Amino acid sequence: MTAFLVRRLAQSVLLLWLVTLIGFSVLHLAPGGPLSQFANTPGMSEADLKRLAVRMGLDRPLPFQYLHWVGNLLRGNWGHSYRDDSPVLAVIFSRIGATLELMCAATLIAVLLGGVIGAIGAVRRYSLFDQIVTVGAMVALSVPTFWFGLVVIYVFSVRLGWLPPGNAGPPGGGSLLVFLHHLIGPALVLGLVTTATWSRFMRSAMLEVIGQDYIRTARAKGMPDRIVMMRHILRNALLPMITVAGLELPTLLGGALVTETVFTWPGMGRLFLDSLGYRDYPVVMGLLVLSAIMVIGGNLLADVLYVVADPRIRLS
Amino acid sequence: MSASAIAASRPRWPVLHRFARHRLALIGVGIIVLLVLACAIGPSFVPYNEFQIDIRHRFQPPFAGPHLLGTDELGRDLLARLLMAGRISLSLGCAAMMISVGVGTVVGTVAGFYGGLVGDVLMRLVDAVLCFPSIFLLLTLAALVNPGVLAITLIIALTSWMEVARMAQAQIRGLVARDFTAAAVVIGSGNGRIMFRELLPNAVAPILVAATLIVARAILLESYVSFLGYGIQPPIASWGNMLEKAQQYLTTAPWLALLPGIAVTLAVTSFNFLGDGLRDALDPRSPHA
Repeated sequence: MTAFLVRRLAQSVLLLWLVTLIGFSVLHLAPGGPLSQFANTPGMSEADLKRLAVRMGLDRPLPFQYLHWVGNLLRGNWGHSYRDDSPVLAVIFSRIGATLELMCAATLIAVLLGGVIGAIGAVRRYSLFDQIVTVGAMVALSVPTFWFGLVVIYVFSVRLGWLPPGNAGPPGGGSLLVFLHHLIGPALVLGLVTTATWSRFMRSAMLEVIGQDYIRTARAKGMPDRIVMMRHILRNALLPMITVAGLELPTLLGGALVTETVFTWPGMGRLFLDSLGYRDYPVVMGLLVLSAIMVIGGNLLADVLYVVADPRIRLS
Repeated sequence: MSASAIAASRPRWPVLHRFARHRLALIGVGIIVLLVLACAIGPSFVPYNEFQIDIRHRFQPPFAGPHLLGTDELGRDLLARLLMAGRISLSLGCAAMMISVGVGTVVGTVAGFYGGLVGDVLMRLVDAVLCFPSIFLLLTLAALVNPGVLAITLIIALTSWMEVARMAQAQIRGLVARDFTAAAVVIGSGNGRIMFRELLPNAVAPILVAATLIVARAILLESYVSFLGYGIQPPIASWGNMLEKAQQYLTTAPWLALLPGIAVTLAVTSFNFLGDGLRDALDPRSPHA
């Protein structure tokens, strides 16, 4: 277990390093580099730009700048927003909660709905339900998330008036009930794609388990179907879902960005787009790197949990 | 049953035969052909072009006036715009697919063939790029460059090649250990020849499937980036940027949001169906076959 943990941690650290390298390159490959925003400001002279470059350490060689940047990153100094000079990390952390709430709600929907749909599909394989769900899942994976959001807003907010058309609540915050009411729309939209993915994986995981010898044995012993289902099939089929949850993280984060924009949900995704609009590169870079870190961390967590949950894979 | 009877009952083109039995894949191909035909020759049958402003008929609903599918906020004909946008979206999807399949195949093949340090470095790079949610990376890059059709195509390709690389690497890794590779080495073939003439042709099937799915993904990504304002810029129409303005007019002119979205969904679903069918047809062990 320790050896596995150490190896897996080392891999994650390597990935983190590569991620920072890519992030740094993206920032510096941009035409004009980190100064492009100032270069467009009227009344900014060449001398001013030079002075800024020196102040920001941009006159030094790239490898040096990279080390400086990574050093600051490690010390929690992620730079300051161009917009109001507040620390990037503080800006991000003021928004990350809303995104996590949205992602959790969507995942909850996906796990429950996708799990049940996938399980029924596997048990009643090739039935009408299974076929409809198979096609439905593929269509759901093809629908642009933002467009589905627009449709949900049009139907449930504009036509029926059941759901608020956006935001996480009235200005100044409301009760928990108000918050949940606002959460339904975006969570449903974000949950759609994940539900489709989960139902597909759940179905094939169930089919895999159903074909195993120990299921036949359990049935042969005369165990009731319900118990075989709950105790043997479902428990084993749910194990690989831990990995799926980890692998789905980038999609979920990207989907959150789009969903937040459509529903004006005050999370990281909205912050990212706003910052992009203001050319606020420190915040953009911070979010880019942080999302990659979240993905790496999530996958690490999923792998470790999987080993803990499934004693059979200890440990090649 | 005699051997000849068995031979007679076996279809001559097993892959084509299996594909033809896949109903969804056939539907997908049908829709793709229709979409391509409509976008290619359709605009010449529409009496309006996509830039023509008809201010007296702005916000005309579909099937309620001279414009068949209605008009947008400037009175531009929606059908003409949808078809012209389809040209952009579909060809962008195919171009991005070709580039990303090319890059992914080369990276994966080289990594799989050489293995060792070269393979490790390349594959870790693939892992690292995959850590970024593609929309974040896509938007950042799109915001940094001058957004033209070519730039957006390149950027989408740049964020789509990793899965192909992974798959090609796994395939080549398995093939390198086979006897015919050793034979090629023995007769003195160069590395390049072994990689791209001996190994790669044996790995074409899964790459073909991935290529189809990447077209779907690229069309979808284009719609995301353009919807968020960093993709194809007006006045050039794409399915994504037609939706950008649509949210503003959702209450008064819902068809502006509905129609381009249906077009995207139709195209993406069809390519996904096609990919699914190809996978089943090319892999006899696949569960659906």
